[in-house]
Amino acid sequence: MNVLIDKLPQILAAFGTTLQLLGASALIATILGVVLGAFRVSPVPALRWFGTAYVTIFRNTPLVVVFIIFVVALPELGFQSSFFFRAVIALSLYAAAFVCEAVRSGVNAVQAGQAEAARSLGMTFSQTLRHVVLPQAIRTVIPPLASIYIALAKNTAVAEAFGVTEATYQLDNLVRDFPGSLWFLFFGIALGYVIIVFFISGIAGLLERRWAVSR
Amino acid sequence: MRNTRLRLLAVGAVAALALSACGGGGGESLLEVADNPSFDAGTTMKKLADAGTIKIGIKFDQPGVGYKDPATDEETGFDVEVGKIMAAGLGIAPDKVEFVETISKNREPFLKAGTVDLVIASYSITDDRRTQVGQFGPYYVTGQQLLVRKDDNSINKGEDLSGKKVCSVTGSTSLKSVEEKYGAQPVPFATYSECVTQLKNNSVDAVTTDGAILLGYASQDPDKLKVVGEPFTEERYGIGYKHGDAAFCTYLADTYKKIVDDGIWKKAFDQTLGEAGVDAPTPPAPDPCS
Repeated sequence: MNVLIDKLPQILAAFGTTLQLLGASALIATILGVVLGAFRVSPVPALRWFGTAYVTIFRNTPLVVVFIIFVVALPELGFQSSFFFRAVIALSLYAAAFVCEAVRSGVNAVQAGQAEAARSLGMTFSQTLRHVVLPQAIRTVIPPLASIYIALAKNTAVAEAFGVTEATYQLDNLVRDFPGSLWFLFFGIALGYVIIVFFISGIAGLLERRWAVSR
Repeated sequence: MRNTRLRLLAVGAVAALALSACGGGGGESLLEVADNPSFDAGTTMKKLADAGTIKIGIKFDQPGVGYKDPATDEETGFDVEVGKIMAAGLGIAPDKVEFVETISKNREPFLKAGTVDLVIASYSITDDRRTQVGQFGPYYVTGQQLLVRKDDNSINKGEDLSGKKVCSVTGSTSLKSVEEKYGAQPVPFATYSECVTQLKNNSVDAVTTDGAILLGYASQDPDKLKVVGEPFTEERYGIGYKHGDAAFCTYLADTYKKIVDDGIWKKAFDQTLGEAGVDAPTPPAPDPCS
């Protein structure tokens, strides 16, 4: 127990890195995922094809393999970058595939009449999507998106084996130095992840209640 | 990746050839297998001798120390030889020894759960570990050194590491010491080979761990890599056994004394770590069994 208190600054710093990884990857994954989701429902076959190919590739590849590809391949291609950046790329490209599918399912949940009505008003595809469909889709998308961010929060731990000193790395460090406190350390670090996950589900619940509509 | 693996295969094959060429071969123990040794009833030695088999935890990815050749499935390295020797004293032939991969984090849990009977896996002796498991030794003393690119002359000692990216295995003591002593930026990876890959592609400035392990990598790629610096820590490798098994510790101590006196320890060193071009040091004096 004392170990957790003594080492609190290091543990907090490591969780800071975890949160940075989570924040940066969640942001990029969301932007990329929404764009890909739009591709998947767009009237242009080439865009639909690209979106489908992306989702198929990244959703079916284990995260560790994605990490290996980006951590080892980027510098081989002459593209030097920090390990943090490489981890963010791997995590966000991976999570974007799931965000894309959540967005697509949300769009599909909006009644077709809404889009037809928008089109009959003379709106273009992108206007329809931005002003009519996506705002309604967001409501149904919140619960699956929260699940994706929760999974992403835990997936950041993979970066430990690829050069990033985040929370799970610190757990390994402390277990090495204090094998006698294994259980305290394990549950202490696990508690940190639980707090992050609680926070994500809390915000999701709040937004859901705020945007709830009776249909 | 592919290249590295091919190279590893090639090196492994060459090493296997070299080993079999110099007689003995990897499958034999340097210590003659004891013929029906007698032990007191109820001791771990008696139990293992009766079973005729022993499970020893080793590393699989440290050339020269503990290594499992992916091509031949044969284990080689100094730790492996020590394991075969300790088994031989119990009347267990090398082919009856079951080597189990034991990564750093698994060493205490495996011993406590009885997954393995012994751990001989570049296992440094520390006071905290000794409260969890028994550690006989040291049977070998090495120290932390640095592996750098051959054309890099800016790093020659620990003090040069300030602010540099230094790679080692997640959860290793090496990473902690360069961070705390020299202000290096720690870069954790799952295996040393991955660290070496990142060193070669300029993503990190140095790889650090026990000199013995680094020499193994440097000898695989002498045109690109070199080991620099005096050892700046003292790592005392011990043999892990179940906590409190004093009789087993005494057996290990007796066997160790015998192989030091008979020159078998030196032979084991020359056949493994010595391949990297270093002379066998004086065998260390182990701590008394308490």
